[in-house]
Formats: sequence, structure tokens, C-alpha cells
Amino acid sequence: MSIADEQKQEVIHHWSPLDGLQKLGHTFLNFFSGAGRLFLFAMQSIYHCFSPPFFGRLLIRQLLDIGYYSLPVVGMTTLFTGMVLALQSYTGFSRFSAEGAVATVVVLSVTRELAPVLAGLMVAGRIGASIAAEIGTMRVTEQIDALTTLSTNPFKYLVAPRILAGTLMLPALVLIGDVIGVFGGYLVGVYKLGFGPENYLHKTWEYLTATDVTSGLWKAAAFGFIVTLMGCYNGYHSQRGAQGVGAATTNAVVSASILILVVNYFLTQFFFAGK
Amino acid sequence: MSAAKAAAVTAKSAVPKLELKGVYKSFGANKVLRGVDISVQKGKSLVVIGGSGTGKSVMIKCVLGILYPDAGSITVDGQDTTHAKGAHRDELMRKFGMLFQGGALFDSLPVWENVAFGLIQGRKMDRKQAREIAIEKLNAVGLPARVGNLYPAELSGGMQKRVGLARAIASNPEIIFFDEPTTGLDPIMADVINDLIIETSKGLGATTLSITHDMASARKIADDIAMIYKGQIIWHGNAKDIDHSGNLYVEQFIKGSATGPIKMEL
Ligand SMILES: Nc1ncnc2c1ncn2[C@@H]1O[C@H](COP(=O)(O)OP(=O)(O)O)[C@@H](O)[C@H]1O
Ligand SMILES: [Mg+2]
Repeated sequence: MSIADEQKQEVIHHWSPLDGLQKLGHTFLNFFSGAGRLFLFAMQSIYHCFSPPFFGRLLIRQLLDIGYYSLPVVGMTTLFTGMVLALQSYTGFSRFSAEGAVATVVVLSVTRELAPVLAGLMVAGRIGASIAAEIGTMRVTEQIDALTTLSTNPFKYLVAPRILAGTLMLPALVLIGDVIGVFGGYLVGVYKLGFGPENYLHKTWEYLTATDVTSGLWKAAAFGFIVTLMGCYNGYHSQRGAQGVGAATTNAVVSASILILVVNYFLTQFFFAGK
Repeated sequence: MSAAKAAAVTAKSAVPKLELKGVYKSFGANKVLRGVDISVQKGKSLVVIGGSGTGKSVMIKCVLGILYPDAGSITVDGQDTTHAKGAHRDELMRKFGMLFQGGALFDSLPVWENVAFGLIQGRKMDRKQAREIAIEKLNAVGLPARVGNLYPAELSGGMQKRVGLARAIASNPEIIFFDEPTTGLDPIMADVINDLIIETSKGLGATTLSITHDMASARKIADDIAMIYKGQIIWHGNAKDIDHSGNLYVEQFIKGSATGPIKMEL
């Protein structure tokens, strides 16, 4: 009945320029209400990370899952990035005889930008997706409701351990990634481009400052938070059915990846602008 | 009609264990509950019948605090719990047990930990003791101890329902909710579950609120039956009177007939 009525009204209703404006307004409102919901979710998650009871067992499992098992992916990514960087900057710099800068370029690019961003993106694909799928499935099969009826707060039990683990483990992964990335540059520099090993290492250390490394680690912490938050948020608000879980997984990865790139820009500005 | 009145008179004589008054709940434009009034006396079993998508699960979730009603009140033992949160909600949850429609077992945990979950996490019991109670509850629903070490995905539908039931009764709740306990089971397994529901809830002296569209199950486990239609309770009476309710909606529903006042909205 009511649906038929609505359809009839739509037929009678003629297009007016206001319609476009209305749609734009709707999109705008949806965007802000979505952002607001995400912000509240983030605040609630942070609160539950620091208020008891804590689930130590679950935290350890997540630390292993997010940290230890992401090592191969992050290691491979940074290794080849360091290698290609050495190769690429050599061919570029040799045009104005600045080959000597290769080691410096590799270490600065890896520690400041590439290790944190690429590790963040890889972990978004690996961990963000699996968190969203797992929590989303728990949502649609009423397991999250069941937690509530068993006097267990889903934020403490599901969200907090994941977000804590992501925020703590990504800097550790990136630190290891820094070393592996520099090592990749060293391999190419020494064995392919003919730098002397000591000379290459000396150049690596020469201009490196503590901020280059720590800024990358702070970025990593922010990205770990973003990836796990987006995974939890999208899973938690998953729509019904398998399709809902699929969409939640996609959204988690896409939104985390974009947020990482945007936040990375602002963090770089924060750490290095004017220096 | 007279039976419904009689029920209403007895309802006045004591504070109901659980009572919903004028409960409304909408999702956007979808008005699911439109003033639900219902009550259950201590130790009684009320079954709410109604078609798919009429808001039966939403009603129970409002009581459990998984959803919050837009209007109306929910009282437990005469205490208003409509918007209970935090410590008050935790305390309330300890009185409740719930069997979910799809079982909702935690598939990352073995069966015994599923059953013991409320004891370990909710009540901080130590794992060894909780495990013993879990095995005992598994036995009570006809499952041997070795099932405790399996994972939910390794169980048949009937076994999953039993585990869900064991989890619902694990902390000896005062009120147990059953959301379509027999849906998706063959008639014999359904009857086994019905018997278990009666046995376990009577054993605990618990009050139960069940929702179902399975009339055989409703007849078997109900003391009282109510029918929900378009978000309201349109009939409420003794289970014995269900066959001469004088209500056309109820008659159509128990006959399972396509013709009558209830139209399927597609
Ligand atoms: N969390 C929710 N968000 C939006 N709509 C919901 C939600 N839960 C239930 N509904 C809607 O409420 C109606 C009743 O659902 P439900 O209570 O599950 O029916 P049933 O009587 O079969 O248990 C359905 O139209 C359903 O789509
Ligand atoms: Mg239902």
C-alpha cells in the first residue's frame, strides 16, 4: 500500500533544481553523521583500552597475530622497496653525478616514509580485512549480542585487544622493516652498483637523525590504530548477511588505506615542515 | 475472552517477574514494535507466537538491553530496567539466560568454554571450576563430556541448540529467553529440545519467555500464549484456550492458512 503510494508520488513529482541540492545535502549530512559515529566509536574504544577488566590472553593472541605473523609480509615489502630505491636513485642521480647520495636517500626514504606507509598498507590488507570479517561475522550471527547477554562488554573483549595490539605492534614491525629496507639498499648498492660496503654504511649513518626514525615509528603507531579501528568499526556495524560482511571487509581496507595516506601527509607536515 | 480476563485478574494479584508496557521500537521508517504490553508471572512460561519479521526478536532484545526501546517501560521484579546501563545492567544480566535463534556460539572457543563463558568472564570464576559446571550442564542437555572439547563448527544443528541451551542455563538464571528454539530442526529433534527446555527451566524454577512460529513447540512449552501482529500483542491467554481463542488472527495462524485477516506483505 504505502510503497505503491510513494511510487505514485514519485511519478507525479517533477524534477526541480532543488532535488540536486537536496541530494547533495543528504550526502553531506550522511558524511558528517558517519564521521561522528566513527569518532564516538574511537573514543569508546580508547576508553575501554585503559579501563579494567583487561583481557590479557586475548591481547597476547592479537599481538602475535598482528605483529609476529605480519613479519614476512612487511619484511618482503621493505626489502624490495629498499632494493628498488637504491637502483632507481642511482640511475637518477648519476645524471648529475650525485651517486654518493644513494645510501642517504635510501635510509631517509625508508625510515621516514616508505616503511611506515607500506607496512601500514600491507597490514591494512592483511589485518584490517580479517578483523572486519571476523567481527562482522560475529555481528551477523548474533555472537556480539551473545557477549552482552553473558555480561561481557564487546568493546573490551573484541575491540580493545585488537586496537592495542595494532598500535603497539606496528612500530615494532616498522623498526624491523627499517633495518630490512636499508639492508635491501645495501645489497643492491654493494653487489650491483659497486659501492664499497664501509662507504655505503658510513653514508647511511652520516645524515640520519633520531627524528627520522622516531617520526616513522609514531606514524606506524597511528597507522596501526587506524587499521585496527577501521577493521573493528566496519565489522561492528556490519549489515546483515554474507554480503554485509563482504562490504564491511572492503570498506575496512579501503577506508584504512586512504586514511593512512591522508594522515601520513599531515604527520609529515607536523614532523618536518620548516626543517 | 473470559480466559484472557481471568489471566489479567491473576496478573494483578502479584508483581510480575517481567513486564513490558507500551514498548515502541522503530528502525528509521520501519515501525517494528507499536506498543507491546505483556507480562509473565514468576515461574511461568510465556510463549509469544507470530509470523516472521513481526518483531519477536526485537522485543526480546529490548528486554536484554541489546536494543533500547523508543518509548514504554520494561520492569523486572517490579523494578524499571528500560534504560539500565553499566553496573545495574550487569547485575540484571546475571538474572538472564538467552538462547539465540541461530545459536550464536563463539566459534573461536571450544564447546565447554562457550558454556562456561558467562561464569569465567561475567562472574570471574576460575577456569577449572567453570569447566566442571560446564560439563555438568552439557550432561543436563544430553551431551557427553567429550563434546566439550569440540568446536561449535564440528557439531550438528541439534547439538548446537543443546550447547546454546546449556550456555543459557549455565549461570542458573531466573529468567530464560528462547528465540525460536526449534526452528531449523526436524520434528523429533524439535521435540527433544522442547522437553529439555521444560526440564531445565522447571529444574531451575525459572521464568521463561519464548518466541516461536512453531505451534507444536508453543503448545508443549507454554503456560500462557500471546500473539504478536504488526507490532502489538493482539491476543493473550492460557495455552489451553489457544484453540478456541475467538480471534480470527490467532485461528488463521494456528491453522497456517493463507486466507484470513493476516495478509503476507511482500
Ligand atoms: N538491528 C536492526 N536494524 C534495523 N532493522 C532491524 C534490526 N533488527 C530487526 N530489524 C527489523 O525489524 C523487523 C523485525 O525483525 P525480527 O524481530 O528479527 O523479526 P522476527 O519476528 O522474525 O524475530 C524486521 O523487519 C527487521 O528487518
Ligand atoms: Mg527472530
